[in-house]
Amino acid sequence: MASLKELKGRINSVKSTQKITKAKQMVAAAKLRKAQAAAEAARPYAARLAEVMASLAGKVSGDSAPKLLAGTGSDQRHLLVVVNTDKGLCGGLNSNIVKEAKAQARALIAAGKSVEFFLVGRKGRAPIRRDFADQIGGGFDTSTVRDPGFAEAEAIASELMAKFESGSFDVAHLIFAEFKSALAQDPLTQQLIPVPAPATASESGAVVEYEPGEEEILEELLPRYVKTQIFGALLEIAASEQGASMTAMDNATRNAGELIDKLTIQYNRSRQAAITTELVEIIAGAEAL
Amino acid sequence: MAAAKIAFDLVSPERLLLSVQADMVTVPGAEGYMGVMAGHSPLVATLRAGMIDVLIDGKDDRYFIRGGFAEISPAKITVLAEEAIPMTELDLAVLDQRIADAQEDEIAAKTDRDRQAAGQMVDDLKLVRAAF
Repeated sequence: MASLKELKGRINSVKSTQKITKAKQMVAAAKLRKAQAAAEAARPYAARLAEVMASLAGKVSGDSAPKLLAGTGSDQRHLLVVVNTDKGLCGGLNSNIVKEAKAQARALIAAGKSVEFFLVGRKGRAPIRRDFADQIGGGFDTSTVRDPGFAEAEAIASELMAKFESGSFDVAHLIFAEFKSALAQDPLTQQLIPVPAPATASESGAVVEYEPGEEEILEELLPRYVKTQIFGALLEIAASEQGASMTAMDNATRNAGELIDKLTIQYNRSRQAAITTELVEIIAGAEAL
Repeated sequence: MAAAKIAFDLVSPERLLLSVQADMVTVPGAEGYMGVMAGHSPLVATLRAGMIDVLIDGKDDRYFIRGGFAEISPAKITVLAEEAIPMTELDLAVLDQRIADAQEDEIAAKTDRDRQAAGQMVDDLKLVRAAF
């Protein structure tokens, strides 16, 4: 059995761990509200953009469609854009995203396609490098800014589109975690390039004019759509990170509390045992006289 | 038609800036400024950098936008702006920064089309700055 002093040391160390997890939990709770609001505020833009896209994509099709919409005509080389967080202490969030990414990669490789990774965020690098060291084609560091915003999304999108233009991949998928609630963040895979043709056809038969022309608008709209998708993913991951962190830290705080209780009981028992032994010794000594 | 109002939504990637009933909205279309009132024929247009003018009951609100789209139907106009700043929050330093960015883009542009677009952006921004 551990000595009293050792037990006391352990109780103190668990207590300070609990303080840290509790602080992190409260920080995450405060940040979550902001991140969630940002993610929700960005949704109208994405939704409207998708609407305009849907009505346009129906009109411009066939040979005249831009490459971003029509694709390269092949689906041999796939690029997986994996968006992770920059910081840890958020439970299983990053490992879930990485798991999803690896599953997608394996499925594609099994189907005879080649796969390349593009990693956004620091926490995905190490685990993906472990299994697919040769397939990491590039990445983007979001850890230099506090809250990745539209500027970062723009930078990522233009890098991806440059790669696409130069023909280094045919299809790009975006893998990130969708924020559902503080308890649930689901890893999600979305096709990014070529832009998936929206399922809903244009609503009414009203004649819509386009200025300057359908193709010019579509050509401007598609890159913006890609940017918006990435921006959405960055916001979702930010909200997911805080949500997951809050839940994980709540659990950790509770576990630390349980551990402290257990150790305290053990500490008290051994203290009592020591006192009893001492008493028995004194009494035994007195009787012997 | 004078009394009819048109619903106007101004959306930037970050948030929904404005959602109001306006008398007239003037937007910087790719082929010149245009005023949109209720009953406008359906139109989708690209926008240049410039000012949006929202007229409500004789008072007007101004917003700076840096490119985007307008989707117009008889009862509604939606502007999807790349970046939108209310006039009250806009200052010259921000504008100068945008101009400098656009000029950098113009120099860094790889294709003629990109260069042209960036050049257009510089010109448009300078116009806004001159009017400021």
